[in-house]
Amino acid sequence: MDDTAIGLWGVPLAILAGAIRVSTPFIFVSLGEAITERSGRINLGLEGTLVFGAMTAYAIAVKTGSPWLGVIAAMAAGCVFGLIHGFICKFPRVNDIAIGIAMMQFGLGFAFFLGKPFIQPAAPKLPAIPLGGWSSFPQVQAALNINVLFFIGLALALFLFWAFRNTRPGLILRVVGDSTDAARAMGINPDRVRLVATALGGALAAVGGAYLSLYYPGSWNEGISSGQGLMAVALVIFARWNPINCFLAALLFGGAGALGPALQSVGVTQGYYLFYAAPYVLTLAILIATSSPKRALSGAPGELSLTK
Amino acid sequence: MTVEANERAISLDAGGKASMRPMLEWLARRAEPVAIGLAAILAGLAVFSLFIVAIGKSPIALFQMMYAGGFGSWFSIQNSLSRAAPLLLTALCVALPARLGLVIIGGEGALVLGGVAAAAAPALTGILPPYPTLALMALASMIAGGLWIGAVGFLRHYRGVNETISSLLLTYIAIALMNQLVEGPLRDPTSLNKPSTLPLPMDYMIGNIPGMDVHWGLVAGVAACLVSWILIEATSYGFAARMAGGNVRAAQIQGLPVGRLIVGFTAIAGSFAGLAGMFEVAAVQGSANGTLVAGYGYTGILVAFLARHNPLAIIPIAFLLGGLEASGGLIQRRMGLPDATVLALQGTLFLAILLCETFYGRFKIFNPDRWKRSL
Repeated sequence: MDDTAIGLWGVPLAILAGAIRVSTPFIFVSLGEAITERSGRINLGLEGTLVFGAMTAYAIAVKTGSPWLGVIAAMAAGCVFGLIHGFICKFPRVNDIAIGIAMMQFGLGFAFFLGKPFIQPAAPKLPAIPLGGWSSFPQVQAALNINVLFFIGLALALFLFWAFRNTRPGLILRVVGDSTDAARAMGINPDRVRLVATALGGALAAVGGAYLSLYYPGSWNEGISSGQGLMAVALVIFARWNPINCFLAALLFGGAGALGPALQSVGVTQGYYLFYAAPYVLTLAILIATSSPKRALSGAPGELSLTK
Repeated sequence: MTVEANERAISLDAGGKASMRPMLEWLARRAEPVAIGLAAILAGLAVFSLFIVAIGKSPIALFQMMYAGGFGSWFSIQNSLSRAAPLLLTALCVALPARLGLVIIGGEGALVLGGVAAAAAPALTGILPPYPTLALMALASMIAGGLWIGAVGFLRHYRGVNETISSLLLTYIAIALMNQLVEGPLRDPTSLNKPSTLPLPMDYMIGNIPGMDVHWGLVAGVAACLVSWILIEATSYGFAARMAGGNVRAAQIQGLPVGRLIVGFTAIAGSFAGLAGMFEVAAVQGSANGTLVAGYGYTGILVAFLARHNPLAIIPIAFLLGGLEASGGLIQRRMGLPDATVLALQGTLFLAILLCETFYGRFKIFNPDRWKRSL
């Protein structure tokens, strides 16, 4: 046995590394969705926004050579998607869940349409910070090679947790989410607040997409997302609309997603496809465990159609 | 045009012929969804045309190509009808629960599992003559799809789990299950590049409707739409379901078994999507494999919303969207546009049709209740 062999320790290590790597898009999408849902509206279209963001980021990074310009372009595109969703939902008799499904197809369609020429070229990747220099194991070094966006996501989760409670925009957001009538009585325009909240949510979801195409897996193709945008919506419910919980839940989901590849790396190939389904099964199990037909979910914004 | 004619008829009516009124009211109520729906589709096409102009192509050429590829010849019409067959069934998977107020988007998963169950059924029962085998396959696919979507309804009513999210999660789980089964226990060892189940013998395959190059799935789809329409419009179950869809609390106070209605309707809806999978296996592919994941479930969502969850309206709209999908290849070859053109157009139409929901009840001409009483 040589020094680089760490045997079965590779499994928890790979799950930890995978959790960090896979969770980053979940962090951004779920924080974005948390902002949107706190305003009392649900955007199921973040899957489309995520994929469109992935395409935009990749295309701009290929064209300009700068991955960060790609991320900014993705944010702008995600913002536009959020504005479209928020604008349409403003009208009476329009169902925000149905609009979300339509936005999903709209985003996927246009991402595949416009992204067709970018499947071949290679884009520059987002930088990672090597934190594993202390270890002599290459596996540990690889596991602790953590992308900058992960730390930005962590900082954002802490900031939002603070901002929801302690800032004026945070309070306005929560008032609108809990009672449209109360917000109107305070002279706040609920539609405008929800428009801004959906646009912010879209911009963050697109950053999640940019991470997918510019870091891990780090390429653009039509199968880039496998429902991350939608799982993040379920994750926000599980996290009870709390940004720090969103961050932790995203790590848990990332770990579940890394289970299959981690086991495969040590030679367990039985049931590979079933392990691949682990994040979905986990999401569903959590939804079943935390939902209830009798009472509203604790911490749920009062105007949210999802929990009414 | 017809709107103006209506208006003129009404003003004439004010002159004395009061007997015209019931007919006009009937006409006005029926005309509203048609007029608003057509306006929405035109608006969606107009927006998409702007996009096509912006990328430097001709939208007129595109629409001509769509017409030619979908409806221009007997060959392309048959192609469209073949694609409409699964759409009829997957659209019902959305439309039936929608009448109860549920937004279920997991038809793709039910279709995939239905296909796998249909492919597995002959292996489990051994050799039977063709017709019993096909009946068994249909039954297996309907049970698989029905359990899958029925579970969504069950979780919705008894656990309060959001049905939109759970149905989509179940689709991903269904696809993973299909991959596992097709790669593992159900795999035909001779299928090397594309893992598949054992192929159905040629003489067991479902043939075409006489005189057409379209398989019998189309007839099954149309029949399912008619049965669903009767179920919703002409039975006490359908009435109860519509009532629960309008106001759950009121329906419960009336003593309606809301839980059983929800589970029953979602199970029927899922069994239709499962049946679509069986036809894909027994009439098109010959075995279950990854090609079952073709997006019929997702297009079915659009069909159902365009039809406003009316099973009769699903029939022409499935044909229209089948034609749109059939023209994808032609658009790609002749115009050099990506194959996602159809998907992008579908997304645009979907948004347009939902946005136009807001116009219902806004036009006096369609709302007899707001007409002058003197009429």
